[in-house]
Amino acid sequence: MNWPNQNWLDIGALNDIPQRGARVVKTVHGCVAVFRTGDDQVFAIDDRCPHKGGPLSEGIVHGHAVTCPLHNWVFSLETGMAQGADEGAVATYPARIEGGRILLDAKRLIRGAAA
Amino acid sequence: MKRKLVIIGAGMASGRVLEHLLAAEPEGWDVTLFNAEPRGNYNRIMLSPVLSGEKTYQDIVTHDDDFYAQHKINCRFGEAVVRIDRENKVVYSNEGGAPYDKLLIATGSAPFIIPVPGHDLPGVITYRDMDDTQAMIDASDKPGAKAVVIGGGLLGLEAAAGLKARGMEVAVIHLMGHLMERQLDPAAGYLLQKDLEARGITVHCKGATKAILGTDRVEAVLLDDGTVYDADQVCMAVGIRPEVRIATDAALEIGRGITVNDQMVTSDPDILAVGECVEHNAQLFGLVAPLYDQAKVVAATLLNKDAAFQPVQTATKLKVTGVDLFSAGDFADANGREDIVFRDPARGVYKRLVIEDNRLIGAVMYGETGDGSWFFGLIKDGTDISDMRDTLIFGPAYQGGTGADPLAAVAALPLDAEICGCNGICKGTIVSAIEGGATSLADIKAQTKASASCGTCTGLVEQVLASTLGDAFKMPAAQPMCGCTDLTHEDVRRLIKARELKSMPAVMQELGWKTSCGCHVCRPALNFYLLADWPEDYHDDAQSRFVNERNHANIQKDGTYSVVPRMWGGMTNPRELRAVADAADKYDIPAVKVTGGQRIDLLGVKKEHLPDIWADLNAAGLVSGHAYSKGLRTVKTCVGTDFCRFGTQDSTGLGIKLEKRLWGSWTPHKVKLAVSGCPRNCAEATCKDVGIVCVDSGFEIGVGGAAGMDLKETERLAKVATEAEAIDLTVAFVQLYREHAKYLDRPYKWLAKVGLEWVQAQIVEDMDNRAALIKRFDLSQTIYQRDPWADRATPQARADFAPLADLTKEAAE
Repeated sequence: MNWPNQNWLDIGALNDIPQRGARVVKTVHGCVAVFRTGDDQVFAIDDRCPHKGGPLSEGIVHGHAVTCPLHNWVFSLETGMAQGADEGAVATYPARIEGGRILLDAKRLIRGAAA
Repeated sequence: MKRKLVIIGAGMASGRVLEHLLAAEPEGWDVTLFNAEPRGNYNRIMLSPVLSGEKTYQDIVTHDDDFYAQHKINCRFGEAVVRIDRENKVVYSNEGGAPYDKLLIATGSAPFIIPVPGHDLPGVITYRDMDDTQAMIDASDKPGAKAVVIGGGLLGLEAAAGLKARGMEVAVIHLMGHLMERQLDPAAGYLLQKDLEARGITVHCKGATKAILGTDRVEAVLLDDGTVYDADQVCMAVGIRPEVRIATDAALEIGRGITVNDQMVTSDPDILAVGECVEHNAQLFGLVAPLYDQAKVVAATLLNKDAAFQPVQTATKLKVTGVDLFSAGDFADANGREDIVFRDPARGVYKRLVIEDNRLIGAVMYGETGDGSWFFGLIKDGTDISDMRDTLIFGPAYQGGTGADPLAAVAALPLDAEICGCNGICKGTIVSAIEGGATSLADIKAQTKASASCGTCTGLVEQVLASTLGDAFKMPAAQPMCGCTDLTHEDVRRLIKARELKSMPAVMQELGWKTSCGCHVCRPALNFYLLADWPEDYHDDAQSRFVNERNHANIQKDGTYSVVPRMWGGMTNPRELRAVADAADKYDIPAVKVTGGQRIDLLGVKKEHLPDIWADLNAAGLVSGHAYSKGLRTVKTCVGTDFCRFGTQDSTGLGIKLEKRLWGSWTPHKVKLAVSGCPRNCAEATCKDVGIVCVDSGFEIGVGGAAGMDLKETERLAKVATEAEAIDLTVAFVQLYREHAKYLDRPYKWLAKVGLEWVQAQIVEDMDNRAALIKRFDLSQTIYQRDPWADRATPQARADFAPLADLTKEAAE
């Protein structure tokens, strides 16, 4: 994939995140949750459920989705959209793996989701 | 021009009339609805589940304020009608009149009171409406209260079962030789009596009430044979008679009820009547199905359409949870009638068919009633049964050579077989709804009303769905674990053991999971089942645990955590308290609280501080209290013999021993224990999962208490003489629960499924099994009894609990 204007930033090793788990990256706009799925892909979304602010990074990861630990809202890691009957979305951020390292788009992270 | 309709009585029949009428002509009527009860229409046949506590009044409301408002119905609830002025066509209550073009009388019936001395004492009630039900519920609040129910018919037995479920001591007095003699023959009546007695209800047949005794309020019931039953509450349920007083005063034609023709019109052409107050062809009606038929006819008559009421045969079911009986048709002995009888004493099954001229005319079944509606269909249709006579009693599955397919019986039903007795819905109506697009039980309820009243036909409706839709409908009778599988929790647990599945991928592969790696519902359950069944082979999967169990602290609404160190049996000391206070200061803890389980909760800890605060508390000898786990939480104790002048045993010491033995074990849901040193029960042991009450002669062990979403007293598992035995039984009970319960079932829910007797057979009577369970528990503890805090006071854990990266220092461009 090829985004213009990107500034890929190495934020850690893939193995720093357990399979079907997540870690957070702190930014001035709040935390971003970086997920590693069972098939070793990485996704980055806002670490804040739009429902009651639950930390999505602490949710159970299944397939390419995560369940919020507070009230079981389920979000797609690919689109950030709430699944099922719930409505809402979280911002997603470009993420990729290169040589066992996780890369995030620093510009997006620093500018925040609104950019 | 709207026509004025006045209705006297907001009962089930008139409610159904309104539905039909307003569906056909939403704007055609100006309706005034009088009701003597200060409330609108509710499902009267569901009062029994309200009495027993299985439902609430809100659950059984059929028409709420919104319905009345939406249809602009003028509700005059709490107003009894005092006069009908037929000449001027006005109905009067004490509050004023209401003119009508058409009047519908739906006054229902009044309970019959036997005029014995004392029948008017306070505490003697009938069982007819919500007020009666509430009075019985209130009476049951008093601990040890006793109730006498006079009348062993449908209503009386439902009242008795409900009062018993509320914890009252109940005796049923019945005049006839066996219970429900109008619906059951003596053999089925016997089985019913046996079932009720097994629940602790006293049944006194051939009992004639002579007097109700008491001075200011009821105290006892005296029978002709001299027997006296103490009573705080007497419920008279001996029968009902049509409520016709207002119609009599208006000089309408009355027999036993208000006489109506086939169009449900009374002797006054502008007055109709419906429900239990009417008499049609010299017949009265008490069950709901014919009343609903009448309601259809009333609506049609009001709409000037042709319709005629024709009573049909009705079948009876008793709405007492766990009692399965069915009766239909005529089953009296008579010349020319033959019986076919099937009995299975071991299972308490009894079936009797009555045949006359090669036709089935009656059926009584007890203990197994699944084929009831098929037999009922044969009775209604007058089917010639000569060809299937040999196998008739075995039901439709055995007719025409079909095998034992569980759906065959329902698949074989003709389209006009009645499925829902309450609403008179035939299989054909349900099948049409399915062909019109209905695919679920909820669709069927919404479109046909089948199973929307008492609900006992829900299973049949589901089977019709299954047999009609084929593979497109999965029988939900077995509630699957989650969307990832069609198997139930119980099936999965069974298969994990039977097929020796020892990893999550093995379970998902072998049992055909529909998702790649499960979901947040099944994964925590599977993780528990696997670690409980294979402690040595399976490795706990942190990513399948809910956040609290993964981070070993309770997540709070703002994303911070609470930390609760263990205080064994609620005991602590200055050194521990200092360590707690120091930690609260050091980590800037916003709230410190004493929990209900006798320990201290530090609230508002940031995730990245968890490993540090744990290390500090560890240094003072404190370990995790597992306040977050589906596992052993606390063992609450009183001070016992050490300090208390009433204590009979060392309850604190026993509590600490139990906590030291059980801590760290994972269980299907949280487990809380308590040990009280005497029956004053200061540790509140009688509402715990396991509660021990010490007495002079030993230890009373109760299990299955609850004081959360439900409130439940423990049931006595056993009484033992020694502390060692008390510990053994507790450990065996916890292990049995670990091995058998469904994930997220507290012990009391699990007990309700398997029964206390089964548990007692496993661990009180079977000493070998008790020892084996204890051995398996101890084996599991060699692996899982570890302080998770100590395990995480490592540099690696500290790193894992911290953010992966901190970009807050990076400047925006």
